Amino acid sequence: MPRTFSRRDFVKGSSALTLAAYASPLRAAAPPATAITPDLIAAAKKEGKVVYYTSIDLAVAEKIGKAFEAKYPGITVRVERSGAERVFQRIGQEYASRIFAVDVVNSSDAAHFIVWKRDGILAPYVPQDVAEHYAPEHKDADGFFASFRAGMSVIGYNTDLVKAADAPKSFADLLDPKWAGKLIKAHPGYSGNVMTATFQLVRELGWDYLEKLAKQKIMQVQSSTDPPKKLALGERAVMVDGNEYNALQVKEAGRPVEIVYPAEGTPFAVGPNAIFKSAPNPNAARLFQSYCFTPECQQLVIDVGALRSLHPRVKEHAGRKPLREIKLWKDDAAGVEKTADEIKARYTKIFGV
Amino acid sequence: MTIAISEQAPRRKHGFDYTKTVLYGFAAALVLLIVLPMSWLVYYAFVDKTGAFTIGNFYTLFSDPAFQEPLVTTFVLATSTSLICCLVAAPMGWLVARTDMPLRRTVRLMVTASFVTPPFLGAIAWELLAAPNSGLLNKLARSAFGLESDEHIFNIYSFPGLIFVIACYTFPYVFVLVANALDRMPGDLEDASSILGGGTWQTAKRITIPLVLPALLAGALVAFLQAMTLFGSPAILALPAGFHTMTTKIWSLFQYPPKPELAAAASLPLLILTVILLRAEHMILGRRSYSVIGGKNSDPRIIQLGGLTWLALGFCFVVLLCPVLLPYGALLNASFSRIATTPIWFDNFTFHNLYFVFFELSATKLALYNTFVLGIATATLGTILAVVISYLTTRQAVTGHRALGFLATAPVAIPGIVLGVGLFLSYTQMPLAVSYVCKSISGVPCDTFASAFQLYGTKWILLLAFLTLGLPAAYQQMQSAFRAIHPELEDASRILGATRLRALWQITAPLLRTSVIATWCFVFVGTIRELSAAIMLFTSETKVISVLIFDLNESGDLAAISVLGIIMLVVTFGIVALANRLRIGGSPVQIRNA
Repeated sequence: MPRTFSRRDFVKGSSALTLAAYASPLRAAAPPATAITPDLIAAAKKEGKVVYYTSIDLAVAEKIGKAFEAKYPGITVRVERSGAERVFQRIGQEYASRIFAVDVVNSSDAAHFIVWKRDGILAPYVPQDVAEHYAPEHKDADGFFASFRAGMSVIGYNTDLVKAADAPKSFADLLDPKWAGKLIKAHPGYSGNVMTATFQLVRELGWDYLEKLAKQKIMQVQSSTDPPKKLALGERAVMVDGNEYNALQVKEAGRPVEIVYPAEGTPFAVGPNAIFKSAPNPNAARLFQSYCFTPECQQLVIDVGALRSLHPRVKEHAGRKPLREIKLWKDDAAGVEKTADEIKARYTKIFGV
Repeated sequence: MTIAISEQAPRRKHGFDYTKTVLYGFAAALVLLIVLPMSWLVYYAFVDKTGAFTIGNFYTLFSDPAFQEPLVTTFVLATSTSLICCLVAAPMGWLVARTDMPLRRTVRLMVTASFVTPPFLGAIAWELLAAPNSGLLNKLARSAFGLESDEHIFNIYSFPGLIFVIACYTFPYVFVLVANALDRMPGDLEDASSILGGGTWQTAKRITIPLVLPALLAGALVAFLQAMTLFGSPAILALPAGFHTMTTKIWSLFQYPPKPELAAAASLPLLILTVILLRAEHMILGRRSYSVIGGKNSDPRIIQLGGLTWLALGFCFVVLLCPVLLPYGALLNASFSRIATTPIWFDNFTFHNLYFVFFELSATKLALYNTFVLGIATATLGTILAVVISYLTTRQAVTGHRALGFLATAPVAIPGIVLGVGLFLSYTQMPLAVSYVCKSISGVPCDTFASAFQLYGTKWILLLAFLTLGLPAAYQQMQSAFRAIHPELEDASRILGATRLRALWQITAPLLRTSVIATWCFVFVGTIRELSAAIMLFTSETKVISVLIFDLNESGDLAAISVLGIIMLVVTFGIVALANRLRIGGSPVQIRNA
C-alpha cells in the first residue's frame, strides 16, 4: 500500500532536512523529567504500537519488546534489528526520502547520536529514571539521548579447540602465526560495537596492528553478535572482536566459550537510546523510552542480555567480571564521529571486503 | 477484464482507433517499467556529485584494484559455473530423456526442486553443511577418518565453495533446456541413421549431439548469466572469505557513505554484458525450428542401459544430493536442533526455534504479509500483462506488436541488482524532479503532488521491480500457449456468428486456463524468493522474507533462518505442485535467480 504523507509530515520532514543541510547545533536546556503517567499510557495505547530500530542482539531486543508488551497490553513492539552502521544508513536513507517509520532508536555507536542531534531530528525527552539516577556522562545535556546499555568488544576462544594455557591474552598474541586461519572477526562497516572498537584499537595500537592482523587469514563476518555464536559452534577457535554479552550468553548456556579481556585494554562502547521528532507513534515512543530506563528493564538488560547497565539501582550478576575490574579503553563518540568514514574505507582496503 | 480490452481492438468502425490506444497504453506501461529506471542509471553513471557530465566514475572504478578484482573474480566464477553445469546437466538430461533409467520422473521432480530453491537459502544451508570446522559434513568426516580438530575436507567459504554452491542451483537451467531439446527431437533421424547402418555411437555423434548442441550452448550462456548476476550466494559465502563479486561490490557501494554514482557506473558493464550474452543465446537458439513436431513423428529412441543402470542412477543421486537432499536435511536439522550444526538427537531436540520465529520475532508477521501481498499482486498483474501482450503479438492484432513483444522480453537483460539500483535512483529522485518541473510550469510549489511519486518506502517500488523481473518468463509462457491454439478455432466461432469477445470467452479462454494458472504460479514462486532487487529497495515497513533471511544471516541467527527457509520451501512446493497438476505445456519455465 502506498504511504500517504500529510501536509504536516511533509513540512516537518522538510524542516528536518533543512536543518540537516544548514547544520547549526541545537541548543536548549534539557526538558523536565517525565514520569510514566496514566495519561501517557492511555495515549500510547491509542497509538497501539511502537517501532524500535536497534542494533542489540535480536533475541535480546525481542525479549525487551515482549516484556514491554506484557506490561502495557495493547501496544505491540516491532523490532527492526540490524548492525548499528546499517541502522544509521537506513534512517538516513528513509529520512532523505521523508519516510518516518522509526519511533525509538538504540545504537551501539554513540557517534550516531551526535549526528542525529546536530541534524535536529531527535526529540528532547528525559525519562524520570534518567534524570534521577544516571550520571551526567551518560545523558545528553540537552536531553536528547541517554545511555541505555554499555558493552565491550572482547577476545574469546572455544575451550574445546584451545587450551586455557595456550589461549591468547592480548591483541598482540593474536598476531602469532599459530592463529592464522583460526580467527573470526566482525566488520566496522556493519557493527557499531566493532566500529567503536576499531577506533580505539587504531588509537591505542595504530593501523599497523590491523595490517598485520589482516595477514592472519581471518574469517570476516558482519555483526559483532556473530563471532560468539560461531565460536560456540566451533566454527573458529578464536574471536578477535565480538560482543561480551553474546559471549557471556553462550558461555552461561554451557557452551565451550571463554572470554579474554585483552591485556592492552578492552574496547568499551555505550549504546544510547533516543526518540525521533517525527516519530509516527510519539506517545508510545515516550512510554517505551521511559520503560527502557526503568530498573525493571535495565535488570532485564543484565539478566537476559548479559549486557552492562549504567543504572545504579540494578545488580550485576555474580560470576560475571564487574565492570570496575576490567581495564577499559576510553570511549570517545566525538572522535568516532569524525573518523568513521575513514575507518570504514581504510578497513575495507586492508581486509579486502 | 483483459479480454474486454482486447475485444475492442479490431473495431474500427466508430471512427476512433482503439487498437492504437491499447498498444500505446501497454507500450507506455512497459517503457515506464524498463526504460525509466535504466535511464536514471545511465544518467547517474555519467554525472558527478554536482550533476555535471563526467566519465570520471568509470575512471575511478576501473583504475581501482578493489574494483578490477571483483570483475575478474566474477568472470572466472561465471565461466566455471557454466562449465560445471553443462558437465553435470547434459548427461543427466540425456539419461532422463533418452534412456530406460528407472525413477526418471523422480529425477525430473528433484531437478525442479533445486530449480525453485532460493539460491541464497541453498548457500546458507551449505554453510551448515560445509563450514570448515562446524559444518556437518566436516564433523562427519573428522569422526569417520579420525582427522585432527582443525582439519577439514570442505571449505564453503572459498572461491571453489562459492562456485560449487552456485552451480548447484544453476544446473537446472541447462538440464531443462537439454532435456526439452531431447524430448522434442523426432526419432526419425536417428532411425534413419541406424537403418543406414550407423551404430549407437555413430548415431549419437552424427545426429543426436549436433541436434542438441544449440540447446546445450544456450544453457551454458544462461548459466553464465545466472552466475554472473547472482547476489545472495556471494554475499553469504564470499564476504566471509574476504573477496567480492560484481554484485556484492555494487551493493557495498550503496553502504554508508553511499556512492550511488559509482554503483550506477559499476552496474553498466553488467547490463551490457548481459545484453550481449542474450543476443548470443538468441542467435544460437533462433536457428532451432519449432516445426519439428508434426503428425508423423516417431517417438524418441530409448536406449537400454542394461548393466549401466546402477551407475546412471548413482550419478543422478550424487548430483541431487548437493542441491536438494543434503541442504534440505541441514535446514530441517537446524530448525529442530538446539545447536544449529549438531545432528538432532533426544538431548537437543527443541521446538524453541519454531516458537521464536512465530511468537517472538516481531518481524515475521510483517515480512510474511509483505511477501504474500507482493507475490500475489506481481503474479496477478504479471499474468494479465502477459496474456494481453501475447494475444496482441501472436494474433498480430495491432501494428507495432513486435515492439511490444520486444519490450516484454527486454527485462531478461536486466540483472536484479542493476534494476534495484535503477529503481532506487529513479524513485528517490522522482519527487524532486516532478516538484521542480511542476513548479516551473505552474509557478506554485507542488510538493504534495510530487510526493505521490515517492515510491521508495512503499510496496509499489518492490511491485515494479518484481513485475519487471517476472514479466519475460510470464510472457514467454503465455506466448507459447497462444501459439499452440490455432486461430482457426476462434475463426470458426466467429463464422458461426459469435462476437470476438464471445469467441474468446467460449473458445480461447477455456483452452488457456491451465496456462494462465501455471504462469501465475511461476511468477509467484519467482517473486517470493527475489533478493537482489529487494535488498536495494526495502525499507523497514516493506521488508520481505528473503531480506529478513539475509539480515538474520548477518547476525548469525541460523536457527531462525532455517525455520523461515522451510516455510518458504513449503509454500513454493505447494504452488509448484499446483502448477504441475495443471500440466504446463510448451517452453521451459524460466525462474530468475535471486
